[in-house]
Amino acid sequence: MSAFFAIVRRDLLLAARRKSEVFTALFFFMIVVSLFPLGIGPETALLRRIAPGVLWVAALLAAMLSLNRLFAADHADGTLEQMALSPTPLALLVAGKTLAHWLTAGLPLVLLAPVLGIQFDLSARSLGILMLSLLLGTPILSLIGAIGAALTLGLRGGGVLLSLLVLPLYIPALIFGAGAVEADMAGLGVGGHLSLLGALLALGVFFAPWAATAALRIALE
Amino acid sequence: MSQRFINWFKFASPASFYPLAGKAWPWFAALATAFCAAGLWISFFVAPTDFQQGEGYRIIFIHVPASWMSMFIYCVMAFWAAIGITFNTRLSGMMSSALAPTGALFAFISLWTGALWGKPMWGAWWVWDARLTSELILFFLYIGYIALTAAIDDPRRADKAGAIVALVGVVNVPIIYFSVKWWNTLHQGASVSLTKAPTMATTMLWGMLLMALAFWMYSIAIALYRVRAIILERERHTTWVAELPEMQR
Amino acid sequence: MNWGSASEFFAMGGYGLYVWGSFGVTAAALLIETLLARKRVADTRRALRRELAADRNDQD
Repeated sequence: MSAFFAIVRRDLLLAARRKSEVFTALFFFMIVVSLFPLGIGPETALLRRIAPGVLWVAALLAAMLSLNRLFAADHADGTLEQMALSPTPLALLVAGKTLAHWLTAGLPLVLLAPVLGIQFDLSARSLGILMLSLLLGTPILSLIGAIGAALTLGLRGGGVLLSLLVLPLYIPALIFGAGAVEADMAGLGVGGHLSLLGALLALGVFFAPWAATAALRIALE
Repeated sequence: MSQRFINWFKFASPASFYPLAGKAWPWFAALATAFCAAGLWISFFVAPTDFQQGEGYRIIFIHVPASWMSMFIYCVMAFWAAIGITFNTRLSGMMSSALAPTGALFAFISLWTGALWGKPMWGAWWVWDARLTSELILFFLYIGYIALTAAIDDPRRADKAGAIVALVGVVNVPIIYFSVKWWNTLHQGASVSLTKAPTMATTMLWGMLLMALAFWMYSIAIALYRVRAIILERERHTTWVAELPEMQR
Repeated sequence: MNWGSASEFFAMGGYGLYVWGSFGVTAAALLIETLLARKRVADTRRALRRELAADRNDQD
């Protein structure tokens, strides 16, 4: 387990040295979200309607931006092969890297989302639920994304391919995540949406590192 | 018991499967033609006009079987993927990649016919109906599989990576279907469904079953045919390929 | 029998475009797939035969 935390710490340190990558993804998130009112018009009622979907789709895309760098640097300098040979199970290390990815790419989105939600005139309550749904949902994005990143490791045009593989699998998280906020705005309960999102997260935590490990071993052969 | 295992694995070698597939595919093609003829006869000449949808409903005789096949082929692909991962057989990966284009084609046919049915019935080429949406996502999953396996040069790695995509996809298909259905009911989507709309008369069911059988047999035939090409491409440097009668000219 | 004449059959009660559009595209798609698969097998065979012939020439 100490190896798990060691790898999380190491990846966080690496990310801290290259802050620009984290900020690029955040600014991308901000810009995409701000483009929608410009494209659609400033009518408040309409903006409030589309806000959950827009914020969630933009979060999906922003979380995906950094995915192809998840294993690439470690693959290039041979660290990944050393990890595969080390006595610690590779799945544990992959889980650690995924957690680090979420902390650097997912969590900032969760914290930034309410600020952007204000642009769409969301109520304080809706903003809270948006944050909660992103908090449950963005780890799913990192977990599924890790599988895609491992599969496309070292391939030509890996970035586009990665989005092609991963985006369809993000759909359930998008539906339940954006749906929770919409349900709340419609005056319905959000318990169902959030617990389904939690179930997806549990499923992902259980299976995704394992699948990503299998994919990494194939890429390393 | 052990005898049976040995027999199965004998066919798992490309060298013995190649001639077997060559002998088998014409039979499946013949069956496909026969079922197709019977199915078309029922769909156009036996099944009566629907009192609500007129003659337009006849599209379901290919729409529904094509949707069934697109889902079924994905499951078969995942099955071969699981076999390939557990037993490390070369043939299973080849079968998966031979099936993928056909599955994608059926998903496309399902979407196309769905659109052509939707226009006169719903007044729109595309409606975000739960079934159509799931079918679209299934189509994306096929495209992802095909794009990934095409991007990897080493065929063995391509097979294994494809196997993981197929398995991850097959776990997700029910989740996606359920979530899309949930989303659809929340948003009060289209209430008319292509499969539920007409009262299912037995003749209609027969027509759909026959067409489904025709598509099924067609898929087997084309997959066996295509897997022969894949086997030749992969095994080009082996002696058994050099000794094949069709290579002697 | 549902149809009085051939033209009635092709009109499909006003839904001709949709019905034949569906069946036609399906038939065309399956046909094209078959032709592509045939071409793939033929091309592979031709390339392999050439390769083998070249090998034999090298040995001679």
